[in-house]
Amino acid sequence: MPPTDTQNPVSRFLDKIGRTTIAGIEEVGNGGVMVAESLYSLFLGYRIKQPVRLNAVIQQMMDIGITAIPIIALLGGSISVTLAIQGIYTLRIFGAESHVTAGLAFIVVREFAPMITGILVAGRSGSALAARIGTMKINQEIDALKVMGVSPVRFLVAPPLIAMLIMVPCLTMMSNVVGLYLAGVYINVELGISLAAYLDQIIDILTVDDVLHGLGKSVIYAIEIAVIGVVNGASVVGGAEGVGKATTRSVVQSISAIIVTAMVVVILSTL
Amino acid sequence: MADNGNQSVDKVIEIENLVTHYGERKILNGVTMDVRDGEIMVIMGGSGSGKSTLLRHLMALETKTSGTMRILGQDIDQLSTLEFLELRKKLGVAFQGGALFSSLTVGENVMLPLYEHTDLEWSTMEIMARMKLQVVELGGFEDLTPAELSGGMIKRTAFARAVVMDPKILFCDEPSAGLDPAVASSLDDLILNLRKAMGMTIIVVTHELESAFKIADRITVLDRGDILMIGTVDEVRKSKNERIYNLLNRVPEDDTMDPDEYLARLTGEKIEVENQPL
Repeated sequence: MPPTDTQNPVSRFLDKIGRTTIAGIEEVGNGGVMVAESLYSLFLGYRIKQPVRLNAVIQQMMDIGITAIPIIALLGGSISVTLAIQGIYTLRIFGAESHVTAGLAFIVVREFAPMITGILVAGRSGSALAARIGTMKINQEIDALKVMGVSPVRFLVAPPLIAMLIMVPCLTMMSNVVGLYLAGVYINVELGISLAAYLDQIIDILTVDDVLHGLGKSVIYAIEIAVIGVVNGASVVGGAEGVGKATTRSVVQSISAIIVTAMVVVILSTL
Repeated sequence: MADNGNQSVDKVIEIENLVTHYGERKILNGVTMDVRDGEIMVIMGGSGSGKSTLLRHLMALETKTSGTMRILGQDIDQLSTLEFLELRKKLGVAFQGGALFSSLTVGENVMLPLYEHTDLEWSTMEIMARMKLQVVELGGFEDLTPAELSGGMIKRTAFARAVVMDPKILFCDEPSAGLDPAVASSLDDLILNLRKAMGMTIIVVTHELESAFKIADRITVLDRGDILMIGTVDEVRKSKNERIYNLLNRVPEDDTMDPDEYLARLTGEKIEVENQPL
């Protein structure tokens, strides 16, 4: 029952909390169903003549991944160089600036490369996904797909989800390489450590587990970005204003989810 | 009075006692009707009468509260996912706003159902799309995008896409809405030509009286979720029912309903729905 003016402020507050909680649970549930349906379409869609089209996935991989390479390289490199500068500045207090490589390698590979990549993909592709699906919903294009006998989840959700699952880890790996390389160039200039020696240090310090830790998180971010984009797009009501709100909400929620996930994973990994 | 149809005539759609709610609100109050093979059935009614909701049920886009629906002889509640998808391939829909995919060209929009449901070569699909576009008098427009089309052209493209799989039933939602009289009349002619050329059953939802009388074999008149009458054009014209008289003569209604209810009926939208799965 909707809140009425006769309810006292406490009841209204509790009512609002209850509704928000239910809406949140519903969104998570919808997201879970869409992921499940997408995976079903991917592996078993051929059984009901609803296979995921490879060219749709490739198109999404181009949009999500290839076109994002310059910006992710730029920002990944910038963050890594900044970390190197700050690392040297801090370690110089202890006369240990030559050890900057260790901290840099861990923080870039385990945290910053996946996080920056996730945030950029959320801003570029998660928002675009929400806007696309929201616009399609208000234009009855999703109804049109249903009536044509085309599963909207298979057609609209599965390709970007699969593309993100492939491209976000790839972009993260690229961000690792570019970031560590540019940071190495800076360290070479600042501390006189050769790039070869820097690379040796990186290889000595980093383990496969460190790399997998970062890539594993990037997979979680990919799912979060795709699901949040789709759920927000599918919940659009009204016209263009509704699409705008959904797009903004999807970016805010995706970035929040990425940062909270990063924290939770790092806490769990240190237990 | 309501025409219950001749039992010897094949019925492509049979609805019995269809009841539907949006939240607490009852939108359709036990609708019973049928549509015969090859006829043009017009569903008519004022704003908020439930005609758009009824059409969405006929297209199997809504979940009903109770009642039974048989489309092409199949009870839609009894169908498996695969059977349901197969059934949908036999239905074509021309939506009110066209619902064309803006990222695709006109030709690709028309080809989409073929691409999704057949193993035809791309060149064959292109030829078929071109043929359907010629049927709707849009030959040569394949490479344009929907943004480059006028309102009438968008609706024609939607018709071409709707009939590209040669459906058994074609649904048209407000085909003349928002168009000038000349274009609206040409779309009416298009509907008649499609029936003549392809022999399909056509169901049209409209509130345009002129259009309804021009194309209909039978008319279903809806009012506030109830069927007032099912009959031929002449029978509807001669009806003594006061509400039908008001509808046909554009007599303004005394709207005394609750504003929320009015809004819900007017828009045909579920006001409470926030998180709708796709």
